[in-house]
Amino acid sequence: MSYKAKFKVWRGEGGEGKLEDFTIEVNEGEVVLDIIHRLQATQAPDLAVRWNCKAGKCGSCSMEINGKPRLGCMTRMSTFSEDETITVTPMRTFPVIKDLVTDVSYNYEKAREVPSFTPPEGVRPGEYRMQQVDVQRGQEFRKCIECFMCNNVCHVIRDHEENKPAFSGPRFFIRIAELDMHPYDVAPDRKETAQGEHGLGYCNITKCCTEVCPEHIKITDNAIIPMKERVVDTKYDPLVWLGNKIFKRSK
Amino acid sequence: MTQTTPDPVRRQRAQVKVRTLRTDRWWLAPLLTFLGLSSFLVYGVWAILDTSYFVDPYIAPFSSPCLATSCPEGARFLGWAPFGDWYTLPPGLLILGLPGGFRLTCYYYRKSYYRSFWLSPAACAVQEPHGKYTGETRFPLIVQNVHRYFFYFAILIGGVLTYDAILALIHKPIGLGTWILVLNAVLILGYTFGCHSCRHITAGRLNHFSRHPVRYRAWTFVSKLNARHQQLAWASMFSVMGADLYVRLVAKGIIAFPFA
Ligand code: SF4
Ligand code: SF4
Ligand code: FES
Ligand code: FES
Repeated sequence: MSYKAKFKVWRGEGGEGKLEDFTIEVNEGEVVLDIIHRLQATQAPDLAVRWNCKAGKCGSCSMEINGKPRLGCMTRMSTFSEDETITVTPMRTFPVIKDLVTDVSYNYEKAREVPSFTPPEGVRPGEYRMQQVDVQRGQEFRKCIECFMCNNVCHVIRDHEENKPAFSGPRFFIRIAELDMHPYDVAPDRKETAQGEHGLGYCNITKCCTEVCPEHIKITDNAIIPMKERVVDTKYDPLVWLGNKIFKRSK
Repeated sequence: MTQTTPDPVRRQRAQVKVRTLRTDRWWLAPLLTFLGLSSFLVYGVWAILDTSYFVDPYIAPFSSPCLATSCPEGARFLGWAPFGDWYTLPPGLLILGLPGGFRLTCYYYRKSYYRSFWLSPAACAVQEPHGKYTGETRFPLIVQNVHRYFFYFAILIGGVLTYDAILALIHKPIGLGTWILVLNAVLILGYTFGCHSCRHITAGRLNHFSRHPVRYRAWTFVSKLNARHQQLAWASMFSVMGADLYVRLVAKGIIAFPFA
């Protein structure tokens, strides 16, 4: 059961480019990445696409399909009707290298700004004793495959390039939450830096990161909002905050 | 270590000159939210100014607790009128700010009105119309952080509505209005205890669940409600409107069948 599908694929380098039209064969059981590969093999040998596992586990094939961030290898062609034109573009928040391949350096730079796990002094690896209930919240966040679609869809940087220096994005809010909730992490100031350096306050909890996460991590409910509440504990308890304001002003 | 591209190499995003390439009906959800929240606001203004809020044993939720001397005897909360007789405005105005502030600063309602009223963003991967964005980093939106204080007051309001429902329950014979008030109280409590601040306070702020088994159990329960917070927000909003309207219609004599 194969048919000819209409595709529009964004092609170009370094930002300049346009949507190109293709008509291409689709067979039963295929995913969008298969069709991109068929385009490469038959009509556009220089079409660039990043992929690796074809199993939704490496996070390489992030792209935007009909305007929505998706993994190319996990988006079944059967979810589209046969007469639909399918538009494929690279992720829109990161600079383009070529065609569907973007430069995701932003995410690696932000990753480095999160101090790594810091155990208490004198406790050596192998000596940690933790109950399952104490680590299970963090385990949800370990499912992340670093596809960066959450950072890509987040309007804070997607629509406002100028916010990039001040904002690390949902991918790193789950990382910070994981560490801050860890029973053996003693790094100081994770809450302060979450709000300061990493820009937690920019997030207006509109949940697009949660909507696109292919691992179904409840990014907003289980990481961002709990971190906002923890920041309130240390920073915005309104009574303390008001006191500080009045105190500063009267000085 | 991961490789990153040194500046200044390619810094340009893919240029596509449309607001979104989405082909589904992404505008439907914000539109329905806009209509739902607007109708609640319009109804609320009318209800607060409306004076037929009491018909023994029912009191309309928008006007409860009734704390002024102008409230009819039976409507006064615990027979109490701390506001005395100088207060002649509608009694609903006295307490409006508490449930109002609770919902206004609720994490779910924030999402819903940021999306549907402020279009920031209207839907995912749809470009927002604003040139500048600072989110909740500065005044006025930074004030959203007071949410947990409204939560404490919301427990009181939830308690009052439960008390109203129980008062109606012990009144014989039990009418339809009683069950409406009971259902409303249950939904309001479900919404209130599913609050993210409540989840944080029970045990979310701890890193060692195993050392606090009771708080952990509470957190587990709150987390279950919390996962349904959006649904409970809508359900309790419509139930409070419905219950309020029902009581007022009975009070006005518009609904007048036996066991009303
Ligand atoms: S919930 Fe916050 S972090 Fe997630 S996409 Fe929305 S604004 Fe960005
Ligand atoms: S949190 Fe989800 S969407 Fe974000 S990078 Fe990880 S897997 Fe991708
Ligand atoms: S190719 Fe690995 S996630 Fe798609
Ligand atoms: S009531 Fe919705 S988060 Fe608190």
